[in-house]
Amino acid sequence: MSKKIAIRDAFGEALVDLGYKNNKVVVLDADVSHSTKTIKFEEKFPDRFFNIGVAEANMMNIAAGFATCGFIPFVSTFSFLACLRAGEQIRTSVAYPKLNVKIAAGYGGLSDSYDGTTHQSVCDIAIARSIPNMTVIVVADAQETKIAVPVIAQHEGPVFFRLSRAEVPVIFDENHKFQIGKGNILKEGSDVTLIATGVMLAKALEAADKLEKERVSTQVLEIHTIKPLDERIILQAAKETGAIVTAEEHSILGGLGSAIAELLAKHHPVPVEMVGILDTFAESGPYEKLLDRYGMSVSDIVKAAKRGLKRKNSSISK
Amino acid sequence: MFSHSPELIKELEEKTQRFRVEIIKMIYNAQSGHPGGSLSAIDILTCLYFHQMKIKPEDPSWEDRDRFILSKGHAAPALYIILAELGYFPKENLSTLRQVGSILQGHPDMRKTPGVEISTGSLGNGLSIGIGMALSTKLSKKNYHVYVLIGDGECDEGEIWEAAMAAAKYKLDNLTAICDFNRVQLDGPIDEIMPLDSLPEKWKAFNWNVMEIDGHNMGEILDALDKAKQVKRKPTIIVAHTIKGKGVSFMENKFQWHGRAPNKEEYEIALQELRGAKE
Repeated sequence: MSKKIAIRDAFGEALVDLGYKNNKVVVLDADVSHSTKTIKFEEKFPDRFFNIGVAEANMMNIAAGFATCGFIPFVSTFSFLACLRAGEQIRTSVAYPKLNVKIAAGYGGLSDSYDGTTHQSVCDIAIARSIPNMTVIVVADAQETKIAVPVIAQHEGPVFFRLSRAEVPVIFDENHKFQIGKGNILKEGSDVTLIATGVMLAKALEAADKLEKERVSTQVLEIHTIKPLDERIILQAAKETGAIVTAEEHSILGGLGSAIAELLAKHHPVPVEMVGILDTFAESGPYEKLLDRYGMSVSDIVKAAKRGLKRKNSSISK
Repeated sequence: MFSHSPELIKELEEKTQRFRVEIIKMIYNAQSGHPGGSLSAIDILTCLYFHQMKIKPEDPSWEDRDRFILSKGHAAPALYIILAELGYFPKENLSTLRQVGSILQGHPDMRKTPGVEISTGSLGNGLSIGIGMALSTKLSKKNYHVYVLIGDGECDEGEIWEAAMAAAKYKLDNLTAICDFNRVQLDGPIDEIMPLDSLPEKWKAFNWNVMEIDGHNMGEILDALDKAKQVKRKPTIIVAHTIKGKGVSFMENKFQWHGRAPNKEEYEIALQELRGAKE
């Protein structure tokens, strides 16, 4: 897991592969194609690439128009612009009529770290998740990105999928099974389950190693599809381990942690500890340093697991 | 004087007069809706659907059909009466406008109403969607035409001008926008709420082919739609000067009738006026 590859590079390459296989795929970008790497698609398929300029709202609706005519538009911009600047267009013109638009939300979380708060995106999952008809996906590494892109293209209906600027450890190999709405158990365990999404998956795996050394049997579950949630696998984890830690590069309000807490509160209440950014904006700085400073480090996950275990054990002893 | 026969013009005029009655009836029945902008747009819609556009009401998803987008979605009653008249759905539905379970939502819903190309209602979206359709036409090497009706108040939205730039960039000569320029928006006259003059000059500056017409004169509407199709390598906008509430004296040019249903007395007067004009 030592090798690191940037998710955005994998995304650009996956789009090119897709472009060769499916001539209905068109790509739209809003003057950030060099950043999001859709430029790779433009180089191969200039006739199917549309640079709409710095006009995300316009771009989202143009994509909706393409979708009504049978094309599969991939709309690429920074995540905060997709879900906030073009949020109304997503709701009205994409989600409401259930159009086949794929929203490639680049630069998720704090990954555009040096550019600072204006470019970071910590409430995108919450927004996308609350829009009816929307499928919400967060990929965890470069390999998963490559496997997910054609699956997303084949899926009928609107998808918001969150990417990252960052170079992150490669977790999966080319045999990785990626199915929309299905979680993946990466490691079995019986005391606590770490449920992670996106780039926090690598950190959850590291945290699990540390916990095992302290004799805590730790399960690691990846939830890449925040909506629709794999309720079965999450409920099973709650029943088997009795303590849950969620880990996401997102506000603790409205994201993965909230989705899981909503599910468990209804069907199987167990202690849930949430790792993510607290209800605050971050700042400029090196990426890993920001993740540490804003509560998304490996040791934050370890500490959260111990809190969860303590709560679980005290409720059992009662 | 016009390139279309007086018979055609007369036939279309008779239709619109009948449609105006139906619009008032629908909104009165629902006790909710937008009479002002429906009555200003109905002549344009009638020319599009009963003469200009290539459509097959018996096959709404026919690939080569021309597309129409009602970007000013609040004029939905005007679109609904036309779609019903053409047979996209039975006319009995018209009396269910805005009611629970109806296929006729307050604003057009492409998943509920046969013949509606795209769900609209939130202003500023339709022209951009039209660009996506027009680009699709070119990419699939088809030759259908895309028509988008926008409102003048809608031109306050920044996205209209984003779309104006993009349509010119892609030289979309298969895209025709029509602006229902009735000079009255929800809260008052556009000159008070957000002045637009000179609207034609603005579009010219954005590299569009621009025409100005009387949007209630069938001959002028038909001719402008013909000319728009002949222009190459530029999108066209037809700035159609219209009267909000056209045909009902007490509604004409009154912002108060943007989104209000008539009471019983007003309803009867309105019908009397519209039927009188017909006879």
